[in-house]
Amino acid sequence: MPRAFTPKVVTANALIEGDVIYLTSQDSWTREMCDAELMTDEAHAQLRLLEASQQVDVVVGAYLADATASDKGPQPTHFREEFRRTGPSNYFHGKQAVASQDGSTL
Amino acid sequence: MYQYNDFDTAFLAQRNKQFRAQVERRIAGNLTEDEFKPLRLMNGLYLQLHAYMLRVAIPYGTLNSAQMDTLALLAEKWDKGYGHFTTRQNIQYNWPKLSDVPDMLDALAKVGMHAIQTSGNTIRNVTADHFAGAAADELEDPRPVAELIRQWSTDHPEFQFMGRKFKIAVGAAQKDRAVLKAHDLAVRIVQNDAGEIGYEILVGGGLGRTPMIGKVINEFVAREDLLAYIEAVVSVWNQIGRRDNKYKARIKITVHEHGLDDIRARVAERFAQIRPTFTGADQKLFADIKAHFAAPDFRKAPTVEFETAYNANPLFRSWVDTNLSGHRAEGYAIVTVSIKKHGETPGDATAEQMRTLAELARKYGHDELRISHEQNVILPHVHKSDLTAVYTALREAELHTANIGLVSDIIACPGMDYCALATARSIPVAQQIATRFDELKLEHDIGHLQIKISGCINACGHHHVGHIGILGLDRAGVENYQITLGGDATETAAIGERAGPGFAYDEIVPAIERLVNGYLELREGPQETFLESYRRLGLAPFKAYLYPEAQANAA
Repeated sequence: MPRAFTPKVVTANALIEGDVIYLTSQDSWTREMCDAELMTDEAHAQLRLLEASQQVDVVVGAYLADATASDKGPQPTHFREEFRRTGPSNYFHGKQAVASQDGSTL
Repeated sequence: MYQYNDFDTAFLAQRNKQFRAQVERRIAGNLTEDEFKPLRLMNGLYLQLHAYMLRVAIPYGTLNSAQMDTLALLAEKWDKGYGHFTTRQNIQYNWPKLSDVPDMLDALAKVGMHAIQTSGNTIRNVTADHFAGAAADELEDPRPVAELIRQWSTDHPEFQFMGRKFKIAVGAAQKDRAVLKAHDLAVRIVQNDAGEIGYEILVGGGLGRTPMIGKVINEFVAREDLLAYIEAVVSVWNQIGRRDNKYKARIKITVHEHGLDDIRARVAERFAQIRPTFTGADQKLFADIKAHFAAPDFRKAPTVEFETAYNANPLFRSWVDTNLSGHRAEGYAIVTVSIKKHGETPGDATAEQMRTLAELARKYGHDELRISHEQNVILPHVHKSDLTAVYTALREAELHTANIGLVSDIIACPGMDYCALATARSIPVAQQIATRFDELKLEHDIGHLQIKISGCINACGHHHVGHIGILGLDRAGVENYQITLGGDATETAAIGERAGPGFAYDEIVPAIERLVNGYLELREGPQETFLESYRRLGLAPFKAYLYPEAQANAA
């Protein structure tokens, strides 16, 4: 039996900066996971991934990442995605340093 | 040191111009990522977890002060003020913007540096003994050979699209400081019974998911046959190496599957074929290259001041005893500058620290620096009369940690803090181990002990050859750390043995502490190193310290 579909977000890296971005339900990209579109339907998720992947001049390496719903929007379920949305643990660099400074849409 | 000639400069300028145009086309949307990726990888540009990463080659770990200053400039101008020295004697920048990379490469070109073949399935940056040209125990300086191989392998048309990457290291000393036996191919400069200098060639070494110790394929290759012989080895592997499975594509698997004798015969046949095409141009080039590596003009000076400071200042003495190595010239020392301050990221230097190192090289070090695969920086030629001044400057830059070869001199790959391939973090584990042993004030009592940490099976952190190896894995969505014991990165190379079940992130540091405390109880005396104790006793007694609960349950 195929595994049950778990909720996902579309994530990628921005072409110029290379930092982590997420697809929103408004078809824009956000730098914060909590603003991403959480998809619970597999067919819809695949379609959104396809749409995201076609934006070759904006993003690199789009894929579906597991996430879970919360009051504060989608949250990661795996530590790799936790690091991606936060930044490295040895310096206060990356997302954690620029959190919500810029309104966060591309 | 090698200085670029007009050909080198023009080649690099053209290559950078090409890449600049490729980046422009990518940004304009005229190249897809699939089209662009192989192009950026050829120029050392990766995409990691949080950003792009530019890996700059430091051929055989040698650089001068102007080059080090440029590395500092890159860190400051286009990155976040620091760079990460790697186990392949390279430097990595973790935060460049795609649009800035062409400018970074142009800045590097001004000092004869680049990022070519630091990625992709090509012959990678040639590495060498980091004490080359300075070590008391070397037969000759291995860097001219390394430079010859670098020039031959750069943009070599036959070897740009191989089944997998290919790493070459060169050494010329009794002691192996370049992990020769963990390379796809290693060149060891040797002398035969007739007194002639030639090359022992090892193949099929490597770490990663299938660690193997390199084997001697040829005990003595004559000086003028070297390039043809290496070309024959790479050529044979390039044709019969497996391309169906990337995990079986490295030459170590080819050697393992075909057997060393079969590979040796194929190489001999290929060598016979191509040797006539090497008509001596390479030997002329080699003679030119050698002239670039003429030894510095070593000076003579009294060392009384050094001896006085050594006797008077215990901190200086500790640093001298721990971080200095014997130099071949009288009155000189090799200074290893620790880039492993307790609690800091192994191998990370700030732009300011890089400038300090450049300045010290200019002022006291015959303008030479080296990067070691152990992620430290070396001032290879310092006269003892300058050591107190060097030490004082290093202190001001927080580069004076006296821990070379000790438990806090840890190799750690970037791990999941940066690397897209990683399965767990390495850096914080290294930071915590170093901090813990610093608190215990035990590391000088513990003595020589190499801990090497990788954040995935690819083993950039050399965990297989650590006296204590730590491998970070993802076990069911949680970081888990496996310990291997008894690895050895030197001429007596050995792959470490897995100790048992892995440890959770918050258990790994206490486990290492128990293990090291166990060693202190098990050793015959302070003269017996961790590795020697392990070789005498085997895994079992160490396991008892690592897994006290299992021991208690069995009792």
